[in-house]
Amino acid sequence: MRKKSMRKFALLLCGWLLSAGWAQAAIDPSLLKPLASEDSDSKIAAIAALAQAAPEEALPVLKALADNSLALVGERLVIVDGERVLDAASNAEINPAPEAPEAIGINNRVRRELSAALAALRLFSSEREVRWQAAQEVTLSADAKMLPLLDKALAGETDAEIRARLQLAHAQASLGSPDAGVRHAAVRTLGESSDPKVRQLLIPLTEKRGEVWSEPDSAVRAAAGTSIRAIEERLAWADNLGRAFTGLSLGSILLLAALGLAITYGVMGVINMAHGELLMVGAYSAWAMQSVFRAYLPGALDWYLLAAVPFGFLAAALVGVLMERIVIRHLYGRPLETLLATWGISLFLMQVARTLFGAQNVEVANPVWMAGGIEVLPNLMLPWNRIIIVAFSIAVLAAMWAILNLSRLGMFVRAVTQNRPMAGCVGVPTGRVDTLAFGLGAGIAGLGGVALSQIANVGPDMGQGYIVDSFMVVVLGGVGQLAGAVWAALGLGVFTKFLEGWTGAVVAKIVVLVFIIIFIQKRPQGLFALKGRFVES
Amino acid sequence: MRTPLLVRLGRSFDARSWQLLGLFAAFALIAVPIMHLLLPPEHPLHLSTWFITLIGKILCYAIVAVAMDLIWGYGGILSLGHGLFFALGGYAFGMYLMRQIGRDGSYQSDLPDFMVFLDWQELPWFWVGSDSFVWAALLVLVVPALIAFVFGYFAFRSRIKGVYFSIITQALTYAAMLLFFRNETGFGGNNGFTDFKRILGYSITAPETRVVLFALSALALIGTLLLARTLVISKYGRILTAIRDAESRVMFIGYHPLWYKLFVWTLSAMLCALAGALYVPQVGIINPSEMSVANSIEIAIWVAVGGRGTLIGPVIGAFIVNLAKSWFTVSFPEYWLFFLGTLFIVATLYLPQGVVGLWFSLRARLRRGGDKGAPATRGVGA
Repeated sequence: MRKKSMRKFALLLCGWLLSAGWAQAAIDPSLLKPLASEDSDSKIAAIAALAQAAPEEALPVLKALADNSLALVGERLVIVDGERVLDAASNAEINPAPEAPEAIGINNRVRRELSAALAALRLFSSEREVRWQAAQEVTLSADAKMLPLLDKALAGETDAEIRARLQLAHAQASLGSPDAGVRHAAVRTLGESSDPKVRQLLIPLTEKRGEVWSEPDSAVRAAAGTSIRAIEERLAWADNLGRAFTGLSLGSILLLAALGLAITYGVMGVINMAHGELLMVGAYSAWAMQSVFRAYLPGALDWYLLAAVPFGFLAAALVGVLMERIVIRHLYGRPLETLLATWGISLFLMQVARTLFGAQNVEVANPVWMAGGIEVLPNLMLPWNRIIIVAFSIAVLAAMWAILNLSRLGMFVRAVTQNRPMAGCVGVPTGRVDTLAFGLGAGIAGLGGVALSQIANVGPDMGQGYIVDSFMVVVLGGVGQLAGAVWAALGLGVFTKFLEGWTGAVVAKIVVLVFIIIFIQKRPQGLFALKGRFVES
Repeated sequence: MRTPLLVRLGRSFDARSWQLLGLFAAFALIAVPIMHLLLPPEHPLHLSTWFITLIGKILCYAIVAVAMDLIWGYGGILSLGHGLFFALGGYAFGMYLMRQIGRDGSYQSDLPDFMVFLDWQELPWFWVGSDSFVWAALLVLVVPALIAFVFGYFAFRSRIKGVYFSIITQALTYAAMLLFFRNETGFGGNNGFTDFKRILGYSITAPETRVVLFALSALALIGTLLLARTLVISKYGRILTAIRDAESRVMFIGYHPLWYKLFVWTLSAMLCALAGALYVPQVGIINPSEMSVANSIEIAIWVAVGGRGTLIGPVIGAFIVNLAKSWFTVSFPEYWLFFLGTLFIVATLYLPQGVVGLWFSLRARLRRGGDKGAPATRGVGA
């Protein structure tokens, strides 16, 4: 329907373009009058006539009509713009404003015609963004009748991006040309696109309709085949790129979840089953910050996340330090019991969250600056929240690296990881290092939780979903250093996402787990085992 | 000279333990059937169906706990994936129970309902023979044993131990759970198996069937205890304990820990599977959530609460925790996780030998107190 009206309209426009050029006169009131008619058909005719006669001036009138702000005062058409009232014909303000303008209503059929007319008119707008939008809309409905219009638009267009788009539309419109040479050129131009919709356009050219080829010229058919393959190749590229990116983003989340675990396991040989619940603490901190901002600083609500980052870190670190002081400290040298005790803590924390915040998920909103994304290719959109999380995990990783390698605490942590008794002998306060390292690991889990709150559900059970995955990262990467965790997390993330494309999410997960179980048989110490001679306990 | 097996079995427990076992057997095999079947429901000593099902369920759990104790308490291997073997046993037997429904399902088809629902035309290959009780009983033991053997062989050969092993077993059961959640796997997806009607042709809800299943569970528990006892006091058991305490030394002496560990690991998996097979007809449902990580870890707490390295401990632990669970989930559902969480912490921090250890140390202190009249100075279990 819309396409048809576009065509009709384009024809009218072309007629106008070829005859009158850019007319600048004020609108003839007789052209405007039928817009106020009760009859939809005459309205549509009037819209077409108006656009043909005076496109530049018609734009505000048609826009006003679309916005329901075109009104009738007596016999005169006016545009109501807030307090002001403008004359529709001259676009001049009427002073004093007339009383009781009567808005002109339109039905859906008129609205469709109107939007098609507006789209075509917008190709000649002076604003780049408007033209870009219009070019995109035109591309998919272009046909031979629009060629003159597109030629005209191309001639006046200077923006490279819009030109490319219009050329695509032009090529598409030329597909219907009776001249085989024109069609050939058009098919080749279309081969440069990477839009799946263009592929759909080309496919019929290579197929038979009944007994005859729908494209009579064999050279054009062959070119169409080549173009389709070229587009498909580009699409596959974009697909793989997209998968690599989602894999990277999954990997960075795994990394945030596993970094803290790697530290505590490295330093103390302790598996913290409550690690997932520390993620949960971080996520609930983000929610709490959001609530605080909503209540006290509604103006700065969009920036609550910046406050949530340190708050999430501190809250989780506090819980971690308490855990270490109250429970884990007393279980040193008994890793299996520690595992069970931390599992108990995790059950406890889960129930605390359920009691305090309810069993339902709480709602954490993305700030406005994290909405949307970058369109890299027509079929590849990188959402901002994922990009920011990848960047955030890189920042956390850098901070971790700095703490471990540049600070005194980091040196102690590394010393205790390598050889606890010896570190103690040379004066490293191993007890305090344990507490601080545990707090640090927990705090990083809290940061991971803040990040997770932006892309996942926040609820009492959220930690459970990550616990197995983050253990797998630690097991795969080996303990005691960051590189292992980084490679394992990214590798697992990308591997999982590519596998998901083949097998679906559940099977991919099973395959990954089985792969790790087998991998561990070969390299029990993980990818990056610490080198050295250890006497096993 | 080699002592005959029966004599060795007889000597494996002391007189008190034999008395206790006999008492338990008499209760389960004679008293319970009478109290459930013969006494009228109004009678104060009548046992309700609810009670029989609950205790029957816990008896199965107790078998699992003893199996867990064999590998953890005596072998030092903490498995967080024993729920997998339990569920596999349950599923293997559940297949038989599904076939016993026959044409009485909602769709009146020869196929189980969920297959009709999925529009499957015939039984998948692994369901072949599942209508035979003997084949099902075989599957119950062989499949988990095979999986445990293969997994254990590779894990122990690579000398994976401690928390690494625990985590890998956890991943194993998690992966299996995801697998069983899929409808395409052929085990009923989310819903698993339920709505059983018959077992060996007898109605599964009849009181007599329940009593028989209860008695079988009790017998299985007694058998498990006898087997475990024979095992741990044998030479094999000594070496196993030695491996637990100092694997490297045992290796240097000339033993190969792989086969010792593998044997107890596989046996433990088979016992779990047996318990699972007894559990499913009594509870009437098996679904993939039995394989969840949380369920497997809960098994460990039964053992920890009761007392590791003793055989009566796990049984007591399974009863304490599960009775508490059924009480809490009815009376204070929101406090159950608080209780369970605290139990995990308290049991590991203050009860390293479990309640059995607590009992022994209390008794020892009382005796010492009686002999010497000196007050004990150290706290229990500290």
